[in-house]
Order: sequence, then C-alpha cells, then structure tokens
Amino acid sequence: MNLTIYARRKRVNQIGLTLSMLAMALGLFVLLWILFVLFKNGISAINWAMFTESTPAPGSEGGGLANAIVGSVMMVLVTALVSTPIGIFAGVYLAEYGDESKTAELTRFVTDIMLSAPSIVLGLFVYAILVAQVKHFSGWAGSLALALIAIPVVVRTTENMLRLVPGSLREAAFALGAPRWKVATFVTLRAAKAGVMTGLLLALARISGETAPLLFTALNNQFFSWDMNSPMANLPVVIFQFAMSPYDNWVRLAWGGALLITLTVLVLNILARVFFREKVKA
Amino acid sequence: MDPMAVADSATQANMMAVVKRQRMQDFFFHKITMGFSLLVLCALMGIIISLLINAWPSFAKFGLGFVWRVEWDIINGEFGAAIAIFGTVVSALIALVIAVPLSFGIALFLTETCPTYLRRPLGTAIELLAAVPSIIYGMFGLFIFAPLFAEYGQPALQSTLGQMPLIGSLFGGAMNGIGILAAGIILAFMILPFIAAVMRDVFEIVPPILRESAYGLGCTTWEVVRHIVLPYTQKGVIGGIMLGLGRALGETMAVTFVIGNSQRISASLFSPGTSIASTLANEFGEADDFHLTTLFALGFLLFVITFVVLALAKIMIIRAEKAKGTKT
Repeated sequence: MNLTIYARRKRVNQIGLTLSMLAMALGLFVLLWILFVLFKNGISAINWAMFTESTPAPGSEGGGLANAIVGSVMMVLVTALVSTPIGIFAGVYLAEYGDESKTAELTRFVTDIMLSAPSIVLGLFVYAILVAQVKHFSGWAGSLALALIAIPVVVRTTENMLRLVPGSLREAAFALGAPRWKVATFVTLRAAKAGVMTGLLLALARISGETAPLLFTALNNQFFSWDMNSPMANLPVVIFQFAMSPYDNWVRLAWGGALLITLTVLVLNILARVFFREKVKA
Repeated sequence: MDPMAVADSATQANMMAVVKRQRMQDFFFHKITMGFSLLVLCALMGIIISLLINAWPSFAKFGLGFVWRVEWDIINGEFGAAIAIFGTVVSALIALVIAVPLSFGIALFLTETCPTYLRRPLGTAIELLAAVPSIIYGMFGLFIFAPLFAEYGQPALQSTLGQMPLIGSLFGGAMNGIGILAAGIILAFMILPFIAAVMRDVFEIVPPILRESAYGLGCTTWEVVRHIVLPYTQKGVIGGIMLGLGRALGETMAVTFVIGNSQRISASLFSPGTSIASTLANEFGEADDFHLTTLFALGFLLFVITFVVLALAKIMIIRAEKAKGTKT
C-alpha cells in the first residue's frame, strides 16, 4: 500500500522536474535559435559598404545602412544626455527622501508602470505634443519619445542601487556635519556609481532596439542627414520597412541591421551585468 | 572686551552663516530632485490628457459604444474598437497560456534543481531573451517561425485539438502560418523572461525554514514547490503573470509582423486579425483627420487597459514583498 503511494509520489516528482528542465531547455533553445538565424541571414550583409553607404532606392542593388546607423546613434546619444541627469536626480530623490512623502511613493508606483507602458503610446503622445504642433517629423521628437522610455529605467535602477549603500556610510557623513545634498552626491551616489552605470547601460540597451515610438516621431529618411530637426533615418524603422518589402536587397540589409542591433543590445546588457557584478564583489 | 569672546562670537557668526548656507543648499537640492521626479508624474498626466484631447472627436461621435462597435471601415468613416481589442486580448491570453507554465518551470528549475554554478549563467540567458528587441522577434516570427508553423504546427494542431468538440473550430481554416495564434506564440516567448524573473525572485524569498521543514517531513521537491512555495508566493506569482499580460497587451512590432493585419473577427485562431498596437503601426502613416482621432482613441484605450493591468500587477507584487517582512 505504502509502496504504491511512494512510487506514485516519486513519479509525479520526476515528471514535474523533467518538465521544468524541458521548459528551461526550450527557453535556451529559442534564444540560441534566434541568434543562429540572425547570424545565418545577417552575416552576409555585414560588410564595409553597410557602414559607409546610405540606404538604397527601392529595387536597386548595393547600398548600406550608414544613414540609419548615424541617425540611431545620434538619437540614442541625445536621449542618454537628457535622461541621465533627470533619471539620476529623480532616483536620488526617491532614495533619499522617498520614505517621507506620499508623492514619492506615488512617483515610484507610476515609474514602475511607465517601465512597462506600451511604447507605441509614448510615440503617439510625442506625436501629439511635438510633431503635430511643428508639423514635421524630427530626430528631436524621436529622442523625446526614447527619453520617455529610458528615464523610468534610470530612475528605478538608481534608486535601487542607492538603497544598497550601507546606512552607516550615510550616518558617518552626517555625523561629520555634511549637509544632505553633499551626502547624497559625494557619498551615496559615488558609492553606487557602478550600479548607476548599470542602469544607464540597461536604459541604452532598451532604447536602441525600440521601433514603435520612432514610427510616429523620427519617421525615416532615405538620405544621410546630421540634422536633428528633420526626419531622421534610424535602424529599427529601416529594418521594419525593409523587412516588410518585396525587394531582396532590402530584406538582406534588414537582416544585417537586425544582427547589428541585436549584438549591440546584447553586448550592452552583458556589459551592464559585468559592471554590476564587479561592484558587488568589491 | 575680552579678545577671546570676540573671536568666539566671530566663529559663532561664521558657523551660523555656514549652517544657513547649507540649509539653503539642502532646501534647493530637495526641491530640484523632487522636481525631476515629479516630471515622471507630469509625463503620465500629459499622456492621458493629450491622448484624450486628440481622441475626443471620435469619442464624441461614437460615444462609449466605440469600445464595442465591431466595425472598421476607413472609406465610409465607420469605426469601432472591438476588433482590435479582441485581437489584442486574445493574442495576449494565448501568450499567457503558453508562457505561464513555461516560466513556472524555468523558475522552479532555477531555484530548486539547477546546480549553483549554473544558476547565474542560465538566469542571465533567460534575461537576455527579454533584451532581444521586439522587431527581431517580429522578423523571426515572420520569416522563420511562420513557414515552419504552417507546415508542421498547424496541421498537427488541426488533426488533434481541431477534432475535439467545442474548441475544434478554433483550429480550423486556412493554414498559412501567420495569424492570431502565431502572434500569441511569439508573444509568449517575449513575456516569458519577465514572468520567470518575478517568479524566481519571489520563490527565493520563501523562508528556508519552511522549505526545510517540508523536506524534513519527507516531501519531494515537487510537493515542496506545489504545496509550500506556491501558496506562500501566490500574490507575487499572480503579480508576475499580470506584468507579463501588461507587456503582451502593449507589444507592437512582433505582433505587427505576424498577426496578419486584417480588420475582422474570426472563429479560428489560425486566421489573421489585428491588435490595437499593430493597427496603430500600420495605419498611422496614411490616416487623415478623423481616422487619426480614432487611432488616438485606440491608443488611449490601450494605455488605460495596460495601465490598469500593470497597476494591479504592481500592487500584488508589493503585497507579496511586504508579506516577506511580516510572516517570517
């Protein structure tokens, strides 16, 4: 009697654990499959011309993604310049004064929701407040939409990292008579530097691959341009447009761009983790 | 007067000045950082208000009925959100049905059976699945997954689940790979890392003593997870699932590639449909004035739906974390 129960329990356990292992294997398999497909289809498109020539006209041969790469890099850099100070200051507020007020609690809650808010709606918002007002698409609008995505990431990681700084460090600084702002900037923020960098890198990784908000803001530009005040080519939108097109050359370039963007994002993610791990060890 | 006293009062005055200056600096520091954090709140209010203003003409014309009108006729200017909402919700639910058991398995593996030295690399690999940009999932879905799905997946589903009563009609119709079901499957792999990460984190806050007591009574690993860990972390797990749901509802690019983009509701999950986000991505470029306001109305609805889902998810997770502090 007991033996059959034991056998059954053991079997259930084995089935459950095997299934969980299979789930893990499936997850890993999908990741590797995606990377394999990207390399297989994208590696042939990656060559010198991809970085030096602009996007080709429909149906023509050759060409590259130079204008899209430059556009993406410029917009991401502007976004980083805007969202870093805003995100860090807001994060400092939540960490240093966050326990004292209802506003801070509400801000934290809203930030968490904005982290997962549909990015296409943020694009709509920027279209409504900026693009529709000045009546043309622009790189600035693209950066603004990306900043709306990046800021919550920076805010939350900054706050979390500042909270990891031991309270004794803060108290020691206060005991020496340091004012609050000095403690926050020269002691805690400095101690949490690596963690904050992690947040910035994660934010960069997140926005480099974002497509939806750029559709309504930066749009696209067939030609090379440094002008942030006009429509600007960018990798995600070019990939979207080219992948959906019937032209072989365009689809080939889309795969090349896809490989490029995925590698960038994965490298940024891994860098962020390495940064963080070193800080935890130290 | 005593020179010492003069010096004393001088230092005192000096100190008062320093303190006063520092008070001022602290005051401004507080206000400035608060201002930056309030920006986030302003952005949220701005989003809701500006979407509502731009969507107003279509809400004014169709009233609240806009939400359940089954119509999307651009030429005759008749619009309703029901088709897009249907596609959004159904594809997100399919994604959940697939992703929840998978992420539970992954979280279980990572917390219970995985050798310690593999925990970090495997956990990172799953997190990288979340880092892959959504447009890559879209391309992968359209060019790689859809042809395979049409050739092997859909016939297999039709000959098994398709033969069953009641749900059989869900798996009928033309098998061309793309459609609501394909979108749901791709979405599942996109949201899986988010759900798995939350589950793993809440599984880890279960006090070791509970777990060890159960093992001490002779429970198997499966029984410990099923009867101890899962009940203890219920709220967190539900929160994680809702977080995944919120992500799935708002996902744009991956869905746009594989859902088929057709404005109709069909009984079969194999048939193409549309979601709110993919309608926006497809039609925004060519929309004229009134059509544009309906797209804003769709965007507003999407934002409200995801906001509610994510807010509930957040509340659940916060409660789960608070329980950790009190129940030990």
